[in-house]
Amino acid sequence: MLKTWRFHGGLRLPAHKNLSAHRPIVNAALPKQLIYPLQQRSGVQLKPTVTPGESVLRGQIIADSDHFLATPLHAASSGTVKTIEDRIIPHPSGLSDSCIIIDTDGRDEALASEPVADYRLEPASALRTKIRQAGIVGLGGAAFPTSIKLNPGPQRHIDTLILNGAECEPYITCDNVLMQAEPDTIVQGALILMHALQVGNGIIAVEDHMTEAYEALSAAIEQSRDRRLTVVKIPALYPTGGEKQLIRVVTGKETPSGGIPADVGVICQNVGTAASVYNAICRGLPLTERVVTVTGQGVKQQQNLRARIGTPISDLINQCGGYQDSVERLIMGGPMMGFALPEDDIPIVKATNCILAAAESEVATSKETRPCIRCGDCAKACPVDLLPQQLYWHSRAGNLEKCKEFSLFDCIECGCCEVVCPSQIPLVQYYRAAKSKTVAKAKEAEKAAIAKRRHDFLLERKAREQAERAERSRRKKESLAKLKAAETATEGAE
Amino acid sequence: MKFSTVMSPHLQPVNSVDRVMLQVLLALIPGIAAMTWFFGIGVLINITLAVVVALLAEASILGLRGRPIGSTLKDLSAVVTAVLLAISLPVIAPWWITVVGILFAIVIAKHLYGGLGYNPFNPAMAGYVLLLVSFPMQMTAWLAPIELGSVALNEVDWLKLIFLEQLPANIEFDVITMATPLDSVRTQLGLGRSVPEIKTDSVFGLLAGKGWEWVAGGYLLGGLWLLWRKIIGWQIPVGLLLGLGLFASICYAIDSNQFALPSFHLVAGATMLGAFFIATDPVTAATSVNGRIIYGLLIGSLVYIIRVWGGYPDAMAFAVLLGNLTAPAIDYFTRPRVFGQKA
Repeated sequence: MLKTWRFHGGLRLPAHKNLSAHRPIVNAALPKQLIYPLQQRSGVQLKPTVTPGESVLRGQIIADSDHFLATPLHAASSGTVKTIEDRIIPHPSGLSDSCIIIDTDGRDEALASEPVADYRLEPASALRTKIRQAGIVGLGGAAFPTSIKLNPGPQRHIDTLILNGAECEPYITCDNVLMQAEPDTIVQGALILMHALQVGNGIIAVEDHMTEAYEALSAAIEQSRDRRLTVVKIPALYPTGGEKQLIRVVTGKETPSGGIPADVGVICQNVGTAASVYNAICRGLPLTERVVTVTGQGVKQQQNLRARIGTPISDLINQCGGYQDSVERLIMGGPMMGFALPEDDIPIVKATNCILAAAESEVATSKETRPCIRCGDCAKACPVDLLPQQLYWHSRAGNLEKCKEFSLFDCIECGCCEVVCPSQIPLVQYYRAAKSKTVAKAKEAEKAAIAKRRHDFLLERKAREQAERAERSRRKKESLAKLKAAETATEGAE
Repeated sequence: MKFSTVMSPHLQPVNSVDRVMLQVLLALIPGIAAMTWFFGIGVLINITLAVVVALLAEASILGLRGRPIGSTLKDLSAVVTAVLLAISLPVIAPWWITVVGILFAIVIAKHLYGGLGYNPFNPAMAGYVLLLVSFPMQMTAWLAPIELGSVALNEVDWLKLIFLEQLPANIEFDVITMATPLDSVRTQLGLGRSVPEIKTDSVFGLLAGKGWEWVAGGYLLGGLWLLWRKIIGWQIPVGLLLGLGLFASICYAIDSNQFALPSFHLVAGATMLGAFFIATDPVTAATSVNGRIIYGLLIGSLVYIIRVWGGYPDAMAFAVLLGNLTAPAIDYFTRPRVFGQKA
């Protein structure tokens, strides 16, 4: 057993995982309609490569962009592009944005797949291209393009790949069941990732309660006869599945503030991502489906569904027996960092690991907020060792400079401080607001700087033009004077 | 289907101010019970009076400030202040002592600074210090514990004593009152007696004063329960007891005739009450983990310094208020290193 380290704070939360942890992965039915928001990451807008009326096959690219953080989007089944229109997208803002709508035809015809014969013969760059073309992003929830993570640049030396199987948020079990059901796929995916990164050390981290997953992975590693890969159990402490926290727990290394894991020689990938990398490279299948946990007391039958990306949530809920009457909130993700959805006609996206239909008794409905009593429980719970109560004062007062001084941007918005706060202050809301205000201010300052440069340039140009004009008229006058002088001279000579 | 949207985290909060305050009140029960047993029901009358006045004062000032009254009273912070002040007062203190102290604590020390969470000074201790410097006679007239007392007062006697300042016929004021152990050590030392001699006086029990030591035990018990329930952290109580104990041990080691045993200081007076219930008031204490140890050590040391060399026999209230003054500076210098940042 590998040694593990710990990070400051964190919480032991009621897991609620038994609702779905022992349920097999069930293939979700093919939905009548698939919905693809073109904004897959905030700020990255894809351009559709299909037009309404066009028929598409499963695995066909329907949107892409040359933005460096973009990955292509594939149709998850065959059918016809019905339209491209604005729909509510799964985003904390609850706003609408353009989506490709595909009416499926039920035949589920796929594009011919092009698997790689032996990935070990492929250069890293070719694997990265394949992985990008397969539309693979981090499936743990952040949806960061995997191909970019696999290219840390020549100045960073990577020695360890960590596969994140620590599903630290309550309720979510999609990674756990995937590790139990497809340990070989994950292990093979890990080996591909290690080859692409040229690292000799791979660690799969699972939480200590995931006994079955641990055993399944151990057996799969045994079978692969690759001693470079190990599986390690780590304590179930929220937010241990956070990338920087996990690296700390598994390697003892602290990723520098503002830095990325590659700065300490580590690349982290979710176990589901590893499985989809295997599918992309060895089976030639792009990312068109994922495991989603549908859970909570607000749904009749909690399940782990293998669902096509783009499936409306309402379809998945129906396959789980529908809602209970007690349902209060629909959350995409977990109860700590997931966001509440305004309706269920919203599709699942690549980042969707969980749909939590929470009953009234499971979520905070009305908090009685009281003044901060400076108890310091928030600081004790903070996994980043911030002083949340100070950040609260400064963000509430709108003192953004002070917020920066107290390392606001190191806050990972895990919500630990807010859950333990006896005054029940919506702390994370304050931090989010202060962060977006700071970003807006920086943008404004940048705009102002550009405007100032333009203005200065304008003044300079005007001055220059004036000087040139003056010079011209001076020269003109001079030449006129000369001319006149010459004339008088000739006149005098005559 | 449509749903309401709220920002994460969605998990229910695990704690509330109301719950914290309620547990503090519950934890005070053993100490109050011991106090009632040894000193009579006067303490219960004082507590009742203090709570009523505190709630009325808080309600009226909330009304004046245009703040919600019912929901704020429910946080029980005024009740905690009232009980802490009431149990710090001499049990035979006349009613107006309690009323003045509570009004000062709630109106001036708490609400004029903005109410719960905003007051820089511990309201109960601010009220106590005001009373101590303004009415020294009433504030030092302590009843003898039941083991030493010669008279038993019934309920009516108690009410008359507190509200009308009348003693039952044929009982003199001097008969029922007695110097506290801390007080007698102080005055007797002043008379040239040595500590071992003083300790043989009838007022002393096993560790500290008769009766008093049991009250301290009650607060210790309640305090340990608060620690176990994670309502308070260990840093302030341990820091305070350590600061006081170390100081007392050093002085005792230097001259055991002039300085009382460390165990006496740890049990006597308001040490236990202060360590677990007063210095731990989160609003006015330091907030960082290391800061709280320093804060506790500071208050513990101040308690000893004032007890031995200051003008008052006990010093918890002064020490806590002085500690309150230093809390922001302590917090400033004990900021933890943020994950991933250089020290």
